Amino acid sequence: MNLVALAAAVVGAAPPVLFAVLGETIAEKAGVINLSLDGLILLTAMAGFAAAQATGNLLAGFAAALAVGAACGLVVALGSLTLRQNQVATGFVLTIVCQNLAYVLGSPIAHVPGPQVPYTPVPVLQHWPIVGPLLFNQNPLVYASVLATAGVWWYMFRTQPGLTLRGLGERPAASFARGVDVIRMRYVYTLIGGALVGLGGASFSLAVKPGWSRPYGIEGTGWIVLALVVFGNWDPIRAAAGAYLFVLLQTLATVLQSLIPSAPTQVFPTLPFPLMILALLLVTLGNAEPVRRLLRPLPDSLQRRVTRVLRALQASPPASLGVPFEPE
Amino acid sequence: MRVELRDIHKSFGPVRANDGISLTAEAGTVHGLLGENGAGKSTLMKILSGFTVPDRGEILLDGAPVRIASPAEALRLGIGMLHQDPLDFPTLSVLDNFMMGRPGSRRRHGLAGLLPDRRRAREALRALAAQFAFSLDPDAPCGGLSVGERQQVEILRLLWLGVRVLILDEPTTAISEPQRVKLFAALRTMAGQGKVVFFVSHKLQEVLALCDAVTVLRAGRVAGALEAPCTPGQLVALMFGRDLPHSPRTGIAHGPPILELDALAVDDARAPIADVSLRVRTGEVIGLAGLEGSGQRLFLQACAGLIPAAAGRVSIAGRDVTGRPYREFLAAGVAYVPAGRLGEALIPGLTVAEHLALAERPGVFVDWRAASRAAAQRIREFSVRGTPRTPVQDLSGGNQQRVLLALLPQRITVLLMEHPTRGLDVESAQAIWAHVLERRRRGTAVLFSSSDLDELLEHSDRILVFFSGRVSAPLDARHTSVEQLGRLIAGEEPVGREMRP
Amino acid sequence: MSVAGTSPLRTIATGVLGLVVTAACGAGILSALGASPWEAYRLIAAGAFGSPERISYVLTAWTPLLLCAAGLLLTFAAGVWNIGIEGQVIFGAVFATGLLRALDPGVPAWAGVVLAGLGAMLGGALWGGLAGALRAYGNVNEIFGGLGLNFIAGSLTVYLVLGPWARPGIASTSGTLPFPDRLWLPTFAAPPLVVPGEAILGLVAIGLVAGALRGTQFGLRLKAIGKSSRAAYIRGIPVTRGLLWAFAGCGGLAGLAGYVLVIGAYSRHQLFPLISGGYGFLAILVVLLAGSNALAGILISAFFAAVSTGSLQLPLQMHLDSSISGILEGTLVLLALFMRGMQARLAPGEGDR
Repeated sequence: MNLVALAAAVVGAAPPVLFAVLGETIAEKAGVINLSLDGLILLTAMAGFAAAQATGNLLAGFAAALAVGAACGLVVALGSLTLRQNQVATGFVLTIVCQNLAYVLGSPIAHVPGPQVPYTPVPVLQHWPIVGPLLFNQNPLVYASVLATAGVWWYMFRTQPGLTLRGLGERPAASFARGVDVIRMRYVYTLIGGALVGLGGASFSLAVKPGWSRPYGIEGTGWIVLALVVFGNWDPIRAAAGAYLFVLLQTLATVLQSLIPSAPTQVFPTLPFPLMILALLLVTLGNAEPVRRLLRPLPDSLQRRVTRVLRALQASPPASLGVPFEPE
Repeated sequence: MRVELRDIHKSFGPVRANDGISLTAEAGTVHGLLGENGAGKSTLMKILSGFTVPDRGEILLDGAPVRIASPAEALRLGIGMLHQDPLDFPTLSVLDNFMMGRPGSRRRHGLAGLLPDRRRAREALRALAAQFAFSLDPDAPCGGLSVGERQQVEILRLLWLGVRVLILDEPTTAISEPQRVKLFAALRTMAGQGKVVFFVSHKLQEVLALCDAVTVLRAGRVAGALEAPCTPGQLVALMFGRDLPHSPRTGIAHGPPILELDALAVDDARAPIADVSLRVRTGEVIGLAGLEGSGQRLFLQACAGLIPAAAGRVSIAGRDVTGRPYREFLAAGVAYVPAGRLGEALIPGLTVAEHLALAERPGVFVDWRAASRAAAQRIREFSVRGTPRTPVQDLSGGNQQRVLLALLPQRITVLLMEHPTRGLDVESAQAIWAHVLERRRRGTAVLFSSSDLDELLEHSDRILVFFSGRVSAPLDARHTSVEQLGRLIAGEEPVGREMRP
Repeated sequence: MSVAGTSPLRTIATGVLGLVVTAACGAGILSALGASPWEAYRLIAAGAFGSPERISYVLTAWTPLLLCAAGLLLTFAAGVWNIGIEGQVIFGAVFATGLLRALDPGVPAWAGVVLAGLGAMLGGALWGGLAGALRAYGNVNEIFGGLGLNFIAGSLTVYLVLGPWARPGIASTSGTLPFPDRLWLPTFAAPPLVVPGEAILGLVAIGLVAGALRGTQFGLRLKAIGKSSRAAYIRGIPVTRGLLWAFAGCGGLAGLAGYVLVIGAYSRHQLFPLISGGYGFLAILVVLLAGSNALAGILISAFFAAVSTGSLQLPLQMHLDSSISGILEGTLVLLALFMRGMQARLAPGEGDR
C-alpha cells in the first residue's frame, strides 16, 4: 500500500468534513450549538449540486450552499437567542426537517450528472518529493480547506475580534461587562458557522462525492462533525486533526473492504462512526471520577504522567455553550 | 472627578433595595461603603457601574448629570467595577484578558484594529504592574491564578482603559494578607492620582484603615456618613442599630450530646473552614452568625452530609458518620433546610401534595387522596396560604418556608436551617420559630445560620461567629450584646481558632 | 405546545395555526417541484385512510411510534435526552431475531413469540441502561453517548445480516431469512378493519407509562428529578438510580418497538439494516410536541403515522419523494417550539424576575 497515495486520498477527501468542523467550531466557540448538522450537510450538498447543475456554474452552486447554510444558521440563532428555546430541541427538529427537505427537493436531480470541481495541480510544487502529491496535486477545495484551517486559527488566536470570540462562549457576562453586544455577535458567528457547513456540503456534491442520490451515502457525518468539535476541544487545529482522522478511518475501511473479499466486510464502512465516538469518549473520559479512582493504586510517578496526558487531551467546552444569555 | 449620587431608588418587586440613597465622593479619595448583606451596597454599585438602571434618582459626575445605561457606557464615562468574583475569562491568558474588550480600536483603526499590538499591550501591562508592585506572568492562564492575582489583572485592565472611578466590591473576601497589603497600597496610589475609589465591604478594620470617608447603609437607606478618622463603635452602631431588649428565654432542658464535631475541616475554593469542634445536645440551639460566604453554608452542608469533610469527624447520636453517603445522614434523622427555597429545598413545578407524597415514601403506588388529605391537614396546621394543588413556586416566600417545615419528617435528631426567616414578614417568622420550639421540646437539636442579630440572640443558646472561614469559640447568647456580636461579625475583633466544645 | 396558564382554547388555536402554516409550507415546497399541493394532500389522505388495508398499515406504523413515545415520556420526565433510542430499537430487534432463530421450531410458536418479546425488552433495556450509565458514571454527554451506541447497533446489524445470520446462499443487505407466519403477531378482525395486535400493545404501553408517571412513586421521583435534580437530591431522592431506571425503561419499550418491527403482522418479518426506520427520532418529535400529555402523544403519533404511511403513495403516483411527510412533521414541531418561544417573550412579566 503506497502510504503517500493513501495520505493524498485522505487529504483529497477531507475538505467537506473539514469545512463543516471549522464552521461548527466557530459557532460553538461563540456559545451556540447547531445540532442540525446531519440534516444540514445533506441539504447544502443537494442545494449546491442543484444550483450548479441548473446554471452550469460551479460558483453558483457554492453560493447557493453557503446561503442555505447561513439560512439554517439563522433559524438556529433565532430559536436559541431570541426565542430562548432549548438549543438541542431546535437543532434536533431541524436535522429532520433539513434531511427530508434534501430528499424531497433533490429527487428531480438524483443520479443526474453535473459539474464537478476540476483537478488543478499547482504547477511547480506538485513535483516536490512527498509534499507534492500530498498537498499540491489536488483540487482548489483542498487548498482552500487547508488555508481556511490556518485562517480560522489565525483569526481566533491572533486578532482582536477573535479574542472577543473566544470570550463570547466562555463567559458572556464578562464580555457584556466589556461592552460587547453578545446577542448580535452570536447571531453573526452562527451564520458564519452555518455558511461554512454549507461549503462543506457543497464540497461533497461538487467534488468528493459528485452528484446526488437518496440516500446520499454520507448520512451520519453531521453527527460525527459535532463529535469532532468536542474531540478538537473547540480548537480549529485539533478539530482539523480529528477530521483527518475520521476521513482516514473511512479511507482505510474502503481499502480493507476490497482487500479482504470475504463477507461481511460491508460492515467496515460503518465502523469509522462508532470508532470516532469511541475516540471522543477516550478523550473526555479523563474527566470522570471512576477513571481517577482507577488511577489511584498506580505508583505516583506513573499516575502523574498519565494524569498529565489525560489533562492535555481533556476537552472542556466553552463554559456558556448552549446557555442562553440574559443581560441583567 | 467628583461623584455624586442623588436620591437613588431601586426596587425588585416588593423588595426596596435602594430607598432614597444619596452620597458624594470627592476626587482623590477612597470612599468606603459599609453595611450588612442586603443593605443595598451591591445594588447601588451596580447602578453606578451600568449593570442596572435606577428607578429614580440622578448620578452626577463633576456636577454634570449622566445616564449610565450599560457597562459599556460606564466605561466610556470612566467608571469601572471590580466584582467580588472578577468577571474574567479563566481559559484565556493574563495578557488576553488584559487586552480583551478594548473599545473603539476596532472601528477607528480598520486593519490596525484587527491586529492588536501585543507588544505594546505587553509593555503597558508590565509598566502598570510595576507601578503597583504586582507580579504577573502575562502568559499564564487566568484560571490558574489566585483570586487576588485575578483582581490585580482586572485592576490593571481598568486602569489601562483610563477609568477615573474604580469600584471594588468586597475585594478582600478571598485574598491573602500580603495581597491585601499590596491592594491597599495600590488603592492609595490611585487616590493620590486623583481617582475616586469606592471600597464596598463589611469589614470594619479595613474600612477604618483605608478609607477617607465612609457611608453606612442599612436596609436600603443611608444610616450615616462619616469622615476619617472615626471609631469602630460609631460604625457598628450605624451598621446594626441599637441594642434591643430580649424577650424572655424559654427554658428547655438539654439532653445528651446528639451531634459531635471533632476537628472538622471542609475544603472550599474561597473560604475553607478548619479545625471546628463542637458538641451539640438535644434541645439545644446553635446560631451561626457572620456575613454570607464566611463558611456557615459549608459548615451546615458538612453536618448534613452533602459535602464530605476534608478532615475530622462527624458523629450523630454516638455513631461516626464521617464520609458516609447523604442517605445515611437522612436515615440518622438529620434534616437540612437550605436557603434557596426553590431549586434547593423545594422542587419548582411540583405541588405541595406532590412534595408530601415524595416525602412519605409509602410503596409503589401513590395514594393521591391520602396525600391530598395529609397536605390539607399540614396546610391547616402550619397556616399556609395555599392548597394541596398549588405549585410551590406560586407560593410566597413565607408560605414556602412554612411548607418546608410542614414537609419535615416526624422525628428529627438534628435540624439544620439556613436563613430560616430571610425575607419573611414578622408573623411568618414567629410562626416558624414557634414550630422550631415545639421540635426542640421533642428533643431536636437545631443549628441555624442567620444575618439577623436579634434573631440570633433571641433564639440561640450558643452562637458561633464565622469570619472568612474562621470560626469563633461558642458564645453564650445570654451574655452577648448586639454590639459585641456586630464587632465580631465585622471582623473588628479577631475571631479566634481556639475551640472548646 | 401549551404555556403554563393558557386556556385550552388558546392551545387548540395555536395547534390549528401550526397545522395551517405547516400545510402552507408543504404546499410551497410541492409547488416549487411543480406538483399540485391539493393532489398531494389528497393522495396522502387516501394513502392513509383510503381502504381498510391502508388503515391497517397506518396502525402498523403507529405502534412503534407509540412504544417509543411511551419510553421517551419516561426520559423526558427525568429531564434527559435519549438520542440513543434508535439503537435501543435495533437492539430489541436483534435480541428478538436471535431468540426466535434459537427457539424455533423447538419451542411452541406462541412461547417463542412471547419469549422473543421479553428478550427484546431486555435487549433494549440493557442498551438504554448502558447509555444511562455512561452519562451517570462516565460523565459522557448523553447525546454523544447515545449516538455512539446508535452507530454500534447499526454496525452490529450489518454484521449480523451479512454474517452469522445471513440468508443461506443469498447473503444480502435485504435482510435475514423471513420468519414463517406462525411466528407473526396476531391480528384482530374488527370488520371492516383488520387491527394488528401490536397496536393494542402500543396503546397499553403508553397507557401504563402515563399511569406510572402519575400514580407511582417512581413516576413522581422522575418528575422531581426532571424539574430540579439538585433539590430532588437534597430531599433524599436517589437521583442516579432514578435516571438509570428511566433510561432502561425507555430502552425496554424501544426494544419492544424493534420486536414489533421484526414480527408484526404487516412487517417485513426479518431483521435488516436500518430496521429502526427513524421511528425513534420521530417519536422524539412526537413527545416534543405533546409534552407530558399522553393523550396528546397518542393523537399526535396517530397523525404522524397516518402522514408517513400516506406519503408512501407519492413516489408511485406523483414521482415525489415520500420524505415530504418528514418535512410536514418536522415543520409542525419547529413551529410549535417557535410559537412557544414567542408566547413566552410576549407574555407580560412571565419568566421575568
